[in-house]
Amino acid sequence: MKLEARIPEGNLSDKWKKYRGSMNLVAPNNKRRLDVIVVGTGLAGASAAATLGELGYNVKAFTFHDSPRRAHSIAAQGGINAAKNYQNDGDSVYRLFYDTIKGGDYRSREANVHRLAECSTEIIDQAVAQGVPFAREYGGLLANRSFGGVQVSRTFYARGQTGQQLLIGAYQSLSRQIATGQVEMYNRHEMLDLVMIDGKARGIITRNLLTGEIDRHAAHCVVLATGGYGNVFYLSTNAMGSNVSAAWRAVKKGALMANPCFTQIHPTCIPVSGEYQSKLTLMSESLRNDGRVWVPKTEEDAIAIREGRKTALDIAEEDRDYYLERRYPAFGNLVPRDVASRAAKVATDENKGVVKTGLGVFLDFAAAIERYGKAEALTKGIQNPSKEKVTELGEQVVSQKYGNLFQMYEKITGENPYKMPMKIYPAVHYTMGGLWVDYNLQTNVPGLFAVGEANFSDHGANRLGASALMQGLADGYFVLPYTIGQFLSEEIRSPKISTDSAEFEAAEKATKDRLKSLFDIKGNQSVESFHRRLGKIMWEYCGMSRNAEGLKKGRQMIRDLKQEFYSDVFIPGEENEFNPELEKATRVIDFIELGELMMLDALERNESCGGHFREEYRTEEGEAMRNDQDYTFVSAWEWDDDNPVLHKEELNFENVELKTRSYK
Amino acid sequence: MELKLKIWRQKNQKDSGHFESYKVEAEEHMSFLEMLDVLNQQLIEQKKEPVAFDHDCREGICGSCSLVINGRPHGPQAGTTTCQLHMRAYKSGDTITIEPFRASSFPVIKDLVVDRSSFDNIIQSGGYISVNTGQAPDGNAIPIEKDLSSEAFDSATCIGCGACVAACPNGSAMLFTSAKINHLQKMPQGKVEHKNRVKNMIKQMDKEGFGQCSNVGACEVECPKEISTKNIANLNRFYLGTVFGGE
Repeated sequence: MKLEARIPEGNLSDKWKKYRGSMNLVAPNNKRRLDVIVVGTGLAGASAAATLGELGYNVKAFTFHDSPRRAHSIAAQGGINAAKNYQNDGDSVYRLFYDTIKGGDYRSREANVHRLAECSTEIIDQAVAQGVPFAREYGGLLANRSFGGVQVSRTFYARGQTGQQLLIGAYQSLSRQIATGQVEMYNRHEMLDLVMIDGKARGIITRNLLTGEIDRHAAHCVVLATGGYGNVFYLSTNAMGSNVSAAWRAVKKGALMANPCFTQIHPTCIPVSGEYQSKLTLMSESLRNDGRVWVPKTEEDAIAIREGRKTALDIAEEDRDYYLERRYPAFGNLVPRDVASRAAKVATDENKGVVKTGLGVFLDFAAAIERYGKAEALTKGIQNPSKEKVTELGEQVVSQKYGNLFQMYEKITGENPYKMPMKIYPAVHYTMGGLWVDYNLQTNVPGLFAVGEANFSDHGANRLGASALMQGLADGYFVLPYTIGQFLSEEIRSPKISTDSAEFEAAEKATKDRLKSLFDIKGNQSVESFHRRLGKIMWEYCGMSRNAEGLKKGRQMIRDLKQEFYSDVFIPGEENEFNPELEKATRVIDFIELGELMMLDALERNESCGGHFREEYRTEEGEAMRNDQDYTFVSAWEWDDDNPVLHKEELNFENVELKTRSYK
Repeated sequence: MELKLKIWRQKNQKDSGHFESYKVEAEEHMSFLEMLDVLNQQLIEQKKEPVAFDHDCREGICGSCSLVINGRPHGPQAGTTTCQLHMRAYKSGDTITIEPFRASSFPVIKDLVVDRSSFDNIIQSGGYISVNTGQAPDGNAIPIEKDLSSEAFDSATCIGCGACVAACPNGSAMLFTSAKINHLQKMPQGKVEHKNRVKNMIKQMDKEGFGQCSNVGACEVECPKEISTKNIANLNRFYLGTVFGGE
């Protein structure tokens, strides 16, 4: 199989503009006759469905949630990047492009990333026009802050709820299209299969989660906006329902899965507290603007803290190791996520961890509180403020910036982060890998598109902070609505796709049989118990660091787990009713297969890059060692139950010189 | 800690429903929903049907979770969703009663899961700014006062969970509806369609069968995002304005 990336000719900075201006168009009278299915209604799906509706296509949108507003995009905290250069600090489209390519450790496509940077500015304009209440300066203009891996301030935000506000904006636009009838919305419907007719994606099979009914839906093309697969690790910052199934069903029908092992482990999450833990909670990267990460210099102090004999406050300044500032002076606490996560692992591997399990480090705001307090006292004209006054004022400033995050932390841990440093640890957060797509965001299956986190396209081996919202919305508002026309312009003579065809019938039957066979197992173990075990295997052998031996072992363990699942899983309740355990079962079995592919992908990639750290490939200083000679390609996997097949898309860098990524 | 749970079980919308009692062993660091996970795991091991409840992000922002705990939507703590409530709020031996949100506009689907699509219908009736993709001027073209934007945020922070309706003796959706109208009215971009928005959203709210607001104020107390009833006061003023003229 030859992978055609379909990157337009021309200079990097002109490609998208020229292409956009010369693409095939679909006339308004034809748009009315074309049907598009959009699965998933998070940022990418809602923005795509709304925009396609505005353009005049007939859209059917699907979500397994009870409302599009619940999608997990809503939980994104810190912000959204855009190359507006409002701060006059030297930002530009090129710099955002460059930072993203470098941040992704040179494993993404130049042309896609440049287009993303170009679209970034329009997103902010669009969101403002929708009424998104971004943070503003006293002059009424938009405010910015910094995120990891960059040296400019280009992140727009709405307190710590940027994802929520952007999703509500997209949801409102979608709601407007639903009201006009241009988008038909199917809540609580889950896609269980992709239907192909004559080699093209022409529809989906869904289960109505309230009644259990299996339905057929046809369209001229299908867009998957179904998010990432971080829940393969069981514990992640993803929502409980986030799953890979829609994408995985497409893979089973021939779509390729690209770079599945590229997983982002976010450095600042609340540590695991016990076996019962169901999910992990992120503390926004924006906190690293002001928080300082440290562990005690000695093991003795760390042990004393773990055993409750000492607290962070008992450790003198000179006995603390602010390891990010020490190891990476140029970027300090704002190194990219993969670098910060690995550094935390190094610290805890040295037995310097500060929580009971040993897996936790401090994120300390005392210095920021003092600095802001002094500045605030000065502005307020307070002469020689007392230490208490400085702390009081400083805490007020910190509260304005991060109030809701501090509150969230306190609710979960029962500790006051203004007085005692936060305890944090890395956790699975985002998946850079996803369905392979070309420049048009079309998968290798004609008529099947993937947008947002569900595709692999823009983040390489590591995503920079505040870039997920940017990519989801760029894809949905500004890229797909154009590029989908390249496919649909060829479809104007296709009549309405009927659901009566043999292909639909076969897909429906296969889905029903699959559900029935799951029920019929009638074993003894809960779905949840399999998911937990899968998560442990993934974290142990395909987590923050990986090695060949572990990956081989992990792959075998997953294959065994799959067999056990098929012989011993127990699903209570019935098929034709609201049954969350059945939903979970179909998702977990897909995660199990994906997990195997991730192990394989990680094993095949004999280098360390971004979030993929192979212990065999590191420098003497312990940094990741890339192998550009042999691995400057995208791994695109064709699924096979026994031996998945690897296809390679070579990455050509014409504008950026491949360098060792250094944040020192 | 050992807890006694009294949980509402209802097979489907037609079933009349009843309470069932359970015992569960919990730890103080667990979240409330993790405690229910433990119970469900026990039930599944006994080959019984687990308790159905809506939940997703488990960090207080998606608005899925929706329980009435000992008579209070989202439990005893202020500014907290059920998923953010932790078991350290309880002690061993406590009995906890768990019910679904109760309102005629939120029919029960199963056990603790209710249908809140009436909220989506209200938003579809006008809770948006009519701007197509690509029509927007530069983000900084219209300066917006910092405090005004911040006030708009305070209304826009609504997570659409429906606790306000569940808390209200009249089952009114005024806090939800007024929060959206206030959010959009405060932004210059939202002023253009304001009057129609007010009329249409109120009309839809009534059509969905939500009750009238009689200024009880329970909605504000139970709102996990602490949205103020000032939004309702403003909406009343806006509504009079659209009906009788003036602002």
